Amino acid sequence: MAQVSMTVNGKAVSAEAEGRTLLSQFLRETLGLTGTHVGCDTGQCGACTVHVNGRMVKSCNMFAAEADGARITTIEGMAEADGSLGAIQAAFREHHGLQCGFCTPGMVMAAAALLADNPKPSEADIRAHLSGNLCRCTGYHNIVKAIMAASGQDVGAIAAE
Amino acid sequence: MPADGGIGAPNKRREDVRFLTGKGKYTDDLNRPGQAHVIFVRSQVAHGNLTAVNTDEAAAMPGVIRIFTGADFAEVGGLPCGWQVTDRHGEPMQEPAHPVLAQGKVRHVGDAIAAVVAETADQARDAAEAVEVEIDELPAVVDMKAALAADAPKVHDDLSSNLCYDWGFVEENKAAVEEAFANAAHVTTLELVNNRLIANPMEPRVAIGDYDAAGGDSTLYTTSQNPHVIRLLMGAFVLGIPEHKLRVVAPDVGGGFGSKIFHYAEEAFCTFAAKALERPVKWTSTRSEAFITDAHGRDHVTTIQLALDADNNFTAIRTDTHANMGAYLSTFAPSVPTWLHGTLMAGNYRTPLIYVNVKAVFTNTVPVDAYRGAGRPEATFQLERVIDKAARELGVDPIALRRQNFITEFPYATPVAVEYDTGNYVATMDKLEEIADLAGFDARRAESAAKGKLRGLGVNCYIEACGIAPSNLVGQLGARAGLYESATVRVNATGGLVVMTGSHSHGQGHETAFPQVVADMIGIDPSMVEIVHGDTANTPMGMGTYGSRSLAVGGSAMVRATEKIIAKAKKIAAHLMEAAEGDIELKDGQFSVAGTDKSVAWGDVTLAAYVPHNYPLEDIEPGLEETAFYDPANFTYPAGAYACEVEVDPDTGKVTIERFSAADDFGNIVNPMIVDGQVHGGLGQGIGQALLEHAVYDEDGQLLSGSYMDYAMPRADDVPFYTVDHSCQTPCTHNPLGVKGCGEAGAIGSPPAVVNAVVDALRSAGHDVTHIDMPLSPHRVWQAMQA
Repeated sequence: MAQVSMTVNGKAVSAEAEGRTLLSQFLRETLGLTGTHVGCDTGQCGACTVHVNGRMVKSCNMFAAEADGARITTIEGMAEADGSLGAIQAAFREHHGLQCGFCTPGMVMAAAALLADNPKPSEADIRAHLSGNLCRCTGYHNIVKAIMAASGQDVGAIAAE
Repeated sequence: MPADGGIGAPNKRREDVRFLTGKGKYTDDLNRPGQAHVIFVRSQVAHGNLTAVNTDEAAAMPGVIRIFTGADFAEVGGLPCGWQVTDRHGEPMQEPAHPVLAQGKVRHVGDAIAAVVAETADQARDAAEAVEVEIDELPAVVDMKAALAADAPKVHDDLSSNLCYDWGFVEENKAAVEEAFANAAHVTTLELVNNRLIANPMEPRVAIGDYDAAGGDSTLYTTSQNPHVIRLLMGAFVLGIPEHKLRVVAPDVGGGFGSKIFHYAEEAFCTFAAKALERPVKWTSTRSEAFITDAHGRDHVTTIQLALDADNNFTAIRTDTHANMGAYLSTFAPSVPTWLHGTLMAGNYRTPLIYVNVKAVFTNTVPVDAYRGAGRPEATFQLERVIDKAARELGVDPIALRRQNFITEFPYATPVAVEYDTGNYVATMDKLEEIADLAGFDARRAESAAKGKLRGLGVNCYIEACGIAPSNLVGQLGARAGLYESATVRVNATGGLVVMTGSHSHGQGHETAFPQVVADMIGIDPSMVEIVHGDTANTPMGMGTYGSRSLAVGGSAMVRATEKIIAKAKKIAAHLMEAAEGDIELKDGQFSVAGTDKSVAWGDVTLAAYVPHNYPLEDIEPGLEETAFYDPANFTYPAGAYACEVEVDPDTGKVTIERFSAADDFGNIVNPMIVDGQVHGGLGQGIGQALLEHAVYDEDGQLLSGSYMDYAMPRADDVPFYTVDHSCQTPCTHNPLGVKGCGEAGAIGSPPAVVNAVVDALRSAGHDVTHIDMPLSPHRVWQAMQA
């Protein structure tokens, strides 16, 4: 066991972790931040996506100890200061970009990372960026639409309400 | 579109806020005080006799509480099968035992042999690796036809063979069907595979058993689409716990698609172990484990033949299908290739004679059961592919051939036992031609050709039977359950309502859509209605959510309960206004006396019900709470027409979906936003089946596509924006909402459209291709072009 310290959603935290403890496990089980979901064990599904020092990372692919000293943002840190939904979260709700909600935290974190780098992504940019995040419910239609809308683009022409 | 947020309004989902902020409560997010963790030791071989399980070293490892083996379950019941099929000779299917932990033999990779319970999951995992298992390996049977050979190794030694059943439908029509084929002007034959799939909801399964020794009460928290069904099956058949001492909770569930209908061994184990250890016991599946323990789907091998007369009218269909059951019978497995498949073989067409033969086969593979669509995609795929092939053989337009044979008068009794109450297949095809811009296809094909790509168009129809199902009927067909649904509507004194439903939402948005119905009936804001689901402790006995049944059956129960509420509220209102009950009208949340200006508000009546001071207690009970159970009179029959346009790279065989359009008739619509989403999701899965997904076993019974590295899930860059339309609406004639169900349509209707399109693309370049089996990988498509 080693002491691991990091800043999670702006709050300093410190706890013991085994060397093999994954960051996803540390967030969920040690810190109780269960918004980060684990959907696979091969780093393929992206449900556990968080931001580490501003970069998008699959938290099941990183040991907690590797994140010592890092600045982490999880889905719990994505709402506005007053608790209302952030712009990306609001766009997902507005455009029905989620159904069962399990992949959603990873999708929102992936979308935030994309828009930070590419404020007006094309449909192809979005689809390519999301290729590491699996969703089984939406067929991706409304997720792509929501991200386009969150970036301020007109989605009125995209088929279906 | 109504502005009041009632029926027909695209209300935003209320469940989204918790899911978007990380505050959902999925089963793995729950932890019970004093909880232990279990890791299962699973068979790594497909077939063998278990000769020894040595747990001594593992039991001494840190944190280990107890290791369970098959011996601990020798006196415990096995997992039951919920549907008994009778074969074509009148004999019941062969039904093997399905133990919670292996009893002397393992029958598929992933079969559970032992269970290590420890203080932490990591400790349990470490100890599980130290459990020594000795297996005397036996030859595995994987291929269905080989499994039926006389000298094939038997999956179950106590059964006569690997044949579960040989089902004929309609057996009495067989001779007439043969005669129709003998007299046919043209017969089209197609052999095809409906590829084996894995449902893969993004949330892996989880089970937590809990036991209160003081009261003798067991609780199971589980990732289920139907907690009451699990309570009944596990309590009555496996563990012998009466339902009043067993609570099953399915909280937020991260998708199901059928795979979370079934009662699984891990649920029974955790409930059993919690009592044995007097500690909560939690199991969280890894994705790798999900691949080898979640029920798989599809896996049919079929020869279908279509007979036509000289005028191209369909005269008969006969099919010969082998359906894989896997190593054991999962909960509803026998029903899928039979009653959910054979009854849909008429499709949207007038075909007077149909005979379906299905041989269900045991193999050394994971059990196969219902996956989104369940039997209906298999029927649709066969039918819509063979029609396309027939059109090409006859040199006629495939859409025209379909239109010529459409059923146009309703109700229509098919030759395969079901009666379609309503539909309009011409209208959905017309709508499809419009939204898919079929008139512009030739120009788009030319554009593709200019880029060096082959463009193809595939069109097909589908029909499905949803809203499962009339209990009397399914009882005759072998179901060991009723298939009604329930709702309790509880009105509070201050006018708000809580609806407790037996349906379960795991992505479908019941918490948003169901209140729209109740609010609409009363004329109040939907925010006054709350939906409770997923906990047997506070919801009436219900059969859960699958088969696109929640609104058609569960919603109907809710309507019936609300009608009872309104009827009683009118009596109370009549008393308050000193009027005759028959004169009371309810509109916009106000009760009024017809022809007068007298009225009382909804809230006045609800308050009077609970504060019955000025109240006819001699005639009416206080309180305002009603329950209804609704048993449907028939299935519902959503139908539609789909069009897919693909581009094929002639150098690589890579297929891209350029356009996909879906025109569906779901009857009345409660929340069009949610309906669109359901169709999108179904299309994603159907395109996944057609192009990408395949559960592949090698000859030794090893699952080669056992992770997301190998099992190709559709990703955002594999699919386009879809064009969906549900403006063609022929309301269901037998349920109070006129709704039909929309959850499975996309997955049912889309695979043949994709395959039809790819075949069309290849043929446009002169390749004499009539069929390619799914998934249409670049390799397969490229090979087809080389032939």
